[in-house]
Amino acid sequence: MGAVRDWLTDDAPASRLQAQAGRAWSIARAFGRNPLAMLGAVIIGALIVVAIFAPWLSPHSPVGQDLGSRLLPPSAEHWLGTDELGRDILSRILHGARITLLIVVMVALISAPLGLIIGAVAGYFGGWVDRVLMALTDVFLSLPKLIMALAFVAALGAGLQNAIIAIAVTAWPAYARIARAETLTFRNSEFIAAVRLQGASHLRVIVVHVIPLCMSSTIIRVTLDMAGIILTAAGLGFLGLGAQPPLPEWGAMISRGRSFILDQWWVATMPGFAIIIVSLGFCFLGDGLRDVLDPKQREGR
Amino acid sequence: MSAALDIRSLSVRYGRTDVVRDVSIRVARGESYALVGESGSGKSTILRAVVGMVPDWRGEIEVDGAPRSALGQGAFAQHCQMVFQDPYASLHPRRTVDATLSEPLRIHGIGNRDAQVIEMMRSVGLDPRYRFRFPHQLSGGQRQRVAIARALMLDPKLLLLDEPTSALDVSVQAEILNLLVRLRAERGLTYVLVTHALPVVSFLCDRLGVLHKGQLVEETGVAALHDGAFRAPYARELYQASLGAGDRVRDAG
Repeated sequence: MGAVRDWLTDDAPASRLQAQAGRAWSIARAFGRNPLAMLGAVIIGALIVVAIFAPWLSPHSPVGQDLGSRLLPPSAEHWLGTDELGRDILSRILHGARITLLIVVMVALISAPLGLIIGAVAGYFGGWVDRVLMALTDVFLSLPKLIMALAFVAALGAGLQNAIIAIAVTAWPAYARIARAETLTFRNSEFIAAVRLQGASHLRVIVVHVIPLCMSSTIIRVTLDMAGIILTAAGLGFLGLGAQPPLPEWGAMISRGRSFILDQWWVATMPGFAIIIVSLGFCFLGDGLRDVLDPKQREGR
Repeated sequence: MSAALDIRSLSVRYGRTDVVRDVSIRVARGESYALVGESGSGKSTILRAVVGMVPDWRGEIEVDGAPRSALGQGAFAQHCQMVFQDPYASLHPRRTVDATLSEPLRIHGIGNRDAQVIEMMRSVGLDPRYRFRFPHQLSGGQRQRVAIARALMLDPKLLLLDEPTSALDVSVQAEILNLLVRLRAERGLTYVLVTHALPVVSFLCDRLGVLHKGQLVEETGVAALHDGAFRAPYARELYQASLGAGDRVRDAG
């Protein structure tokens, strides 16, 4: 163990691999010192594990109906009770983790690169390119997220894929704004001029030199937005415009439980808890990442 | 023989102000030429016009006998490079020394990068141990060595130096100046140096041009710095003003 630590903390790494491993090590150490961030990482880790192993972890089928045991309260047999069709709520929540993770990952994969590229291009070139791209961004930014997503789903039809596209389309403008603001702070700096002077094309400057500098603030912002994405997805599900029955999407589950909320509180409450815990996990993780990845804050330590 | 750098009646405007007015400079191959003048005299602007960082200029600029506009960006990069004043601002904060130095080779598709990076680090006096360090893990002098190494990676013959030592400690200044003298001798480089420190000029250069309010008021050999034989009144004034400062630098160096 000591040898590995020495290798990781060597102040004169002998290879690119060692340098990168050492950097990851120091970031991980800084991250480990923050208890809330670790809690967030544990929650998100648990979400991922649950999503992968849902069929093995859940005691019952998520869609198998048993009308003989409708709306049973939490018990040893059904830990979180059953819903109006006799389905085990715990099993449905565990399977729902897959849908939640799918939505979050897909939205992040679509909207973050889109916003990053648009923002970096606008900030780097400036002038009319900037004006056109930012006008477009402002149009999207000025529309309320859920209403926009509703309009998209209405146009494309209800369903999980369309909900993902709708949320992604409404999520990118924030990242474009951040990336543009970051790019503006160094577009006239000498290290960018030096790279241009070495013969690099605009494309290369943007992809290799500008975007990596915008990356950490975007990652932080995406992680903090995850909670909002989950809530928007749940909201679409609640309105019946996201995942369709019998998919165990958490928002849709709350929506179904609404009819019984006074007498069978657990039907709507349990998926609600799941949403709250996962959203909190992403918030903690995002805060922790900001402390670790933001170089301005790290320099001072 | 064509000159390494030939600037003819260059004028630069920033908005409505003329920053550089009708300046002509000819620097022969292997020569070391200094542009001196106080802040705002347009000396840095001339270098920026040469490398294309200033959009609005008129006149003619020739590098190695070829007009600036005829050279593509890639070809120009292999003729001429620039070292910036502030080594804290001129290195990408998230790239290691290795990434910074191998970038020009990567852009031009040159192979054998590892060996070339190590060789260049040795030749600018940087221990290869620092290869995977980030700029914030280096001192100012080490950063400026990285910046010089980066400028030399493509083996250009013309090096533009924009106050390469003014952001450094006095003792480190001397090291960087010695390095520049050695590199010029080893590689047959042509220097165009911009500075306001006349002692640096007498140490590093053969000839100097004095700029005042965007105009070249005097061009003379570096010997004038020893006897003060300047014709233009402004150049004499600048020389007198620098005498005190010069002694300090010479004592420290």
